[in-house]
Amino acid sequence: MMHSFNAHTVLVVAALLFVLGLTGVLTRKNIIFMLISVEVMLNAAGLAFVAAGAQWHQPDGQVMFLFILAMAAAEISVGLALVLQIYHQHKTMDVEDLEELRDRPNEN
Amino acid sequence: MLASIAALPFLGFLLLSLAGRRLPRIAIAWIGAGSVSLAAILTVLYGIHFLQSSPDSGVDRWLLWQWFTAGNLSVSVSLSVDALSLVFIFIITFVGALIHIYSTGYMRQDRDYARFFACMNLFVGAMLVLVMADNLVLLYLGWEGVGMCSYLLIGFWYESPANCQAANKAFLVTRIGDTAMLIGLFLVFSALHTLNIPAILEQAPGHFTKGAPNITLIALLLLAGGMGKSAQLPLQTWLPDAMAGPSPVSALIHAATMVTAGVYLIARMHTLFQLAPAAMMITALVGGVTLFMAGCSAMVQTDIKRILAYSTISQIGYMFLALGLGAWSAAIFHFFTHAFFKALLFLAAGAVIEALHHEQDIFRMGGLKARMPLVFYTFLAGAAALAALPFVSAGFYSKDPILWYAWSSRNGNAFLWGLSLAGAFITAFYCTRLMLVVFGGEMKTRVRELPGKAMTIPLATLAVLSVVAGCIEWPHNLLHLSLFSDLIQKVLPAPVLKEQLPAEGIFQLAAVVVTLLGIYTGYLLYHGEKSILVRWQRSPGKVMTRNFLLGGWGFDQLYDTLFVQPFLFITRVNKTDVVDRVYEGLAQVNVKFNRLLSTTQNGSLRWYIAGVLIGILFIITLQLVL
Repeated sequence: MMHSFNAHTVLVVAALLFVLGLTGVLTRKNIIFMLISVEVMLNAAGLAFVAAGAQWHQPDGQVMFLFILAMAAAEISVGLALVLQIYHQHKTMDVEDLEELRDRPNEN
Repeated sequence: MLASIAALPFLGFLLLSLAGRRLPRIAIAWIGAGSVSLAAILTVLYGIHFLQSSPDSGVDRWLLWQWFTAGNLSVSVSLSVDALSLVFIFIITFVGALIHIYSTGYMRQDRDYARFFACMNLFVGAMLVLVMADNLVLLYLGWEGVGMCSYLLIGFWYESPANCQAANKAFLVTRIGDTAMLIGLFLVFSALHTLNIPAILEQAPGHFTKGAPNITLIALLLLAGGMGKSAQLPLQTWLPDAMAGPSPVSALIHAATMVTAGVYLIARMHTLFQLAPAAMMITALVGGVTLFMAGCSAMVQTDIKRILAYSTISQIGYMFLALGLGAWSAAIFHFFTHAFFKALLFLAAGAVIEALHHEQDIFRMGGLKARMPLVFYTFLAGAAALAALPFVSAGFYSKDPILWYAWSSRNGNAFLWGLSLAGAFITAFYCTRLMLVVFGGEMKTRVRELPGKAMTIPLATLAVLSVVAGCIEWPHNLLHLSLFSDLIQKVLPAPVLKEQLPAEGIFQLAAVVVTLLGIYTGYLLYHGEKSILVRWQRSPGKVMTRNFLLGGWGFDQLYDTLFVQPFLFITRVNKTDVVDRVYEGLAQVNVKFNRLLSTTQNGSLRWYIAGVLIGILFIITLQLVL
């Protein structure tokens, strides 16, 4: 049974999710939470793909979502490994304290 | 045979410069003097052959090889000898050989015996290339070659900074003339599309109209080249300082041969000069003024070699005067006799200087007549020729025609004649002064040792030539003997005279009287009435004039204020290099930008994300708006 599918609503939800994730990345201090927010943003993108696939009756949107899923799994494993290393070396998860890469013009 | 004359000195140069350090002194002397002497003997043989059976065109050509070809300029290394070149080749090799023989004695105690002879041989070779060259490019090669050798030999005793400065000065001042000459060559090529000398002389009358600005410019540029090399006004200041070199160098390069290269160039290019009457007039004026001014300076010098240097400038002034008057053969004849007597004077002066522990001040010499009779008599022969003592000296026969043409030639006038007559008086005066002060009076410095045979034989030979060499050409109202001008006029035209001239004898009488008057004045001041000089030394005006003349009419100071000081001022101002500031500024702006942008790299992850976000928003907005 096909009732009318409103892609517009779903896209608004996806946009909301994306903005939520982005806000999380920008405001959170803990690096784990920042990673979780990035996952939310990825899922927002996946939702937009699925909605677009349903709108035009194309399987590409679902294929793309599977790709995103696989990529997110790979990304989170690398990301968590990095987080572990950061914790080992700096004994903190606070992104404000991790400023090793800033430019120090007067020191070189 | 022609090629081997030029090749022998180069061979000597190669041997001496490559193996000179390992050769014993006697071998160096044999190679150095031998190569040039052999060239001189070959020249004499060749000259006899040339005079007996000269080719129809009067020119003997010898193509050696093609040097280079570029566009429609094709330059070959080819030698050509006509009567004019032959005279120069003869003087270069013959006087050169005598000076080389003299040098084997004069330089015997010098550390750099081989270097000296290597440079001298290279000089002779380059000078031969200059006068044998068939095209102007090869001529220019020889021209620069002799300039380089002159530089090397003026600064031969390089350990004294003054000598190096003199060498630099000579090189730089002649360079001004050389540059002008090079521009002249470019103009010749752009007009005629050839640098081959016979072709230029043949095509020039058809291509240029007489007195046109372009040909006048070319002639003046060539004249400027000659003025630099021949130390004529206003480029004469280098020659007195060039006396820093050893005496044989002064004799060979700065009296007999190299400084007359300008005379050769103008004589060789005579067709171009004849097409530019204004340039001819300027040549005559330059010569006339130079001979007078340099003569005045020679009167008051106290350094024996500087007296001779100024007299050289003055005598070359006579040659330029003759060239400007169109009296080509008279100029070349004066070159011919001048080479003998001026080389003799320098060599004799060298002998005196060496005998007196390198004393060059004539007022600390004196009384040498009894102690060094041979040097005295040879010096006397040279001085008599320089003063143009009538009949018994070569200088008379060559200078008398120039004085005559200064009045009688189409270009001649009373002013030029007056200048040359004044020059004759001055020359006779300073010759007398030189003889009386150096050889008369009482001895002031002890004589160390007398010159050996290697030095006295060239002196005696040159002395004999200084007396008799003039007799091959007599003033034609006295005796019809004109071997020299007959030879030269195969190549160069005869002078054109004015109409309705007074008798030549009157002018000769005037010249003789003036010369004798000069000698008498010198005798009076430096032997008869010495009190006059003492009185003059008290008058400040006369002392000032003397110092002004001593400094060569203040030309050195003039050039110092006009060119050297402004140049040094610019260098002081531009010490930090104004152009470099621009590039330093560029670098500084880059560093500033770098500082500015590197503040954004603050290590805060949040900042970076915000940056990325703003970038994305910017791109999306851009896409939506456009």
